[in-house]
Amino acid sequence: MTPDLLEDGTKRREAYLAKQAANQMSGTSGGQSASYGRVVSSSDEVDVAHGGILYVDDITVSFDGFRALNKLTLNIAVGELRCIIGPNGAGKTTMMDVITGKTKPDSGRAFFGSNIDLLRLRESEIASRGVGRKFQKPTVFEQLSVFENLELALKMDRRVRASLMHKLSSADFDRIAEMLKLIHLRDSGARTAGDLSHGQKQWLEIGMLLMQDPKLLLLDEPVAGMTDEETERTAELFLSLEGSHSLVVVEHDMKFIGELVNGGQREKKKIVTVLHEGSVLAEGALADVQANERVVEVYLGR
Amino acid sequence: MPSLLTLRGKMVVAAVLAILVVIIPVLNVMVPATSAFHLSDYAVSLLGKIMCYAICALAMDLIWGYTGILSLGHGLFFALGGYAMGMYLMRQIGRDGVYKSDLPDFMVFLDWKSVPWTWAGSESFIFQMILVVAVPGLLAFIFGYFAFRSRIKGVYFSIITQALTFAAMLLFFRNETGFGGNNGFTDFKRILGIPTATSSMRVTLCVLTGLVLLGFYLMSRAIIASKYGRVLQAIRDAEGRVLFTGYNTLWYKLSIWTLSAMMCGVAGALYVPQVGIINPGEMSPAASIEIAIWTAVGGRATLIGPIIGAFFVTGAKSWFTVAFPEYWLYFLGALFIAVTLFLPQGIVGLVRKLANKGGVK
Repeated sequence: MTPDLLEDGTKRREAYLAKQAANQMSGTSGGQSASYGRVVSSSDEVDVAHGGILYVDDITVSFDGFRALNKLTLNIAVGELRCIIGPNGAGKTTMMDVITGKTKPDSGRAFFGSNIDLLRLRESEIASRGVGRKFQKPTVFEQLSVFENLELALKMDRRVRASLMHKLSSADFDRIAEMLKLIHLRDSGARTAGDLSHGQKQWLEIGMLLMQDPKLLLLDEPVAGMTDEETERTAELFLSLEGSHSLVVVEHDMKFIGELVNGGQREKKKIVTVLHEGSVLAEGALADVQANERVVEVYLGR
Repeated sequence: MPSLLTLRGKMVVAAVLAILVVIIPVLNVMVPATSAFHLSDYAVSLLGKIMCYAICALAMDLIWGYTGILSLGHGLFFALGGYAMGMYLMRQIGRDGVYKSDLPDFMVFLDWKSVPWTWAGSESFIFQMILVVAVPGLLAFIFGYFAFRSRIKGVYFSIITQALTFAAMLLFFRNETGFGGNNGFTDFKRILGIPTATSSMRVTLCVLTGLVLLGFYLMSRAIIASKYGRVLQAIRDAEGRVLFTGYNTLWYKLSIWTLSAMMCGVAGALYVPQVGIINPGEMSPAASIEIAIWTAVGGRATLIGPIIGAFFVTGAKSWFTVAFPEYWLYFLGALFIAVTLFLPQGIVGLVRKLANKGGVK
């Protein structure tokens, strides 16, 4: 090799490295600590630079020829509290099954943030990435104490070996104590979860979701079986989460929906989505949706 | 680390240790046979045998009582451990067999000239002891991986485990499989060169079994007290919730399932030299169901319960099969139904209930 060729190569390599570095800089918003900085390297961390936390696009699910979801498209913004209503069989639970990895759709795409493909992950992986789900029927670990229920939900290494060796730190104790207070079970930590009332179980499950520190919460009929007072408190709790978390609430109870839509950060117009036969029938402000002819038709019949 | 046992618990463990290591050997070997306190050889080997069963019941409790997965094939893992031990014992017979050959008698009978590849390493005690845990462990791991990955649960899982042990029994019944066909292995002479048919060997094996049982019990306590143990119970109560909380339940179920199988393998290996025989009958579906019955009768998810259950049911069996031999199976069936209907927590649950009532008065 001749010296000039060597020199040329060195130059080109330098130019290449400079270009690489420039690329890297653009990926992390030029080294500034701006809140919309994108961490390109870590694929586990959800990327919400575009302002969306959930993109469900053209999803179709059929069971034995029955179309539970029919080209469903739904986008949720970061920090949004979205209410979803719809008659029985509209596909609300199936939609949650798809987002959380329980059901794989026949076609379509579903992304968490702009970088995490939900259709390629297992339930446990989706949960670890920051999607929390509350079931329609309150589901807690009945034979364990309330404290232990929250302990298991605490965000930490979920692998077998880590669990064998795990010890709660005092910070963990504080976090669990805080959560017990938040879900109004302060004095019930030692009680067996199976002995709680229906409403208390609902709260415990919500508390377990929050312990995971999720970015997106999917709540399937969270106030079913609750007293009026409990329902009101739950609305308050969700409204306090709005902004720091993104919430998707599926509910039948229109009074509760009204509380959610009209409370909290009023400057933001909250969107309500109506599902029907597996796709979006209407979307918009609650009053507009309620006035929508097709919605009235679906709900009340002709 | 916070202490696993209370002071009372430590004293109980010390007492059990003393009984095992001192009292049983002394009563059997030192106290003359004419004395009322003499422990007969029969009693020693019966005790040893029941403690092997208790290990199986304990293993069943980890997977069924705590994780909620009912196995009806644990007898297979027990038998595989027993066969691994039996192979070594067969090779220890040496030329003292009926045919005075280096090969085990059944191989001579089949006109085989050398041991098949499955018997490679069977003269080595260490190698066979590794197989005692490795064979049941590996089988459980592979079977469990596919079953749990396919989300096979509940009664379907139970039926498949039952089919697995049944299929293995048919395989081991065949002479060509190379494990003694329906006669299995028997006529053992010695372990590590020491004759088996002596009082001291019997008592040694019995004490060893007791120590293993105690060790497994303490290990199980530690497992259940850990966060891992609470995840297992959470899987039993609501597996969906565990999944959506971010735990990949596959590895939790698979690890406890494999451990449980390995414990049964150890129990089988201790059992064979004490009863002097292993045959495919140990793989029969009924044998596996019995393990589940011991666990249910003693009390699921209590650890001590299944041990009590194994003693209670096999003790009752020893007496019943002498007093009313033809009614034993009816009694066993009735016992299982009665416990399921009236004592969901088994004997331990009953005792606790009575103790609580006494406390109220």
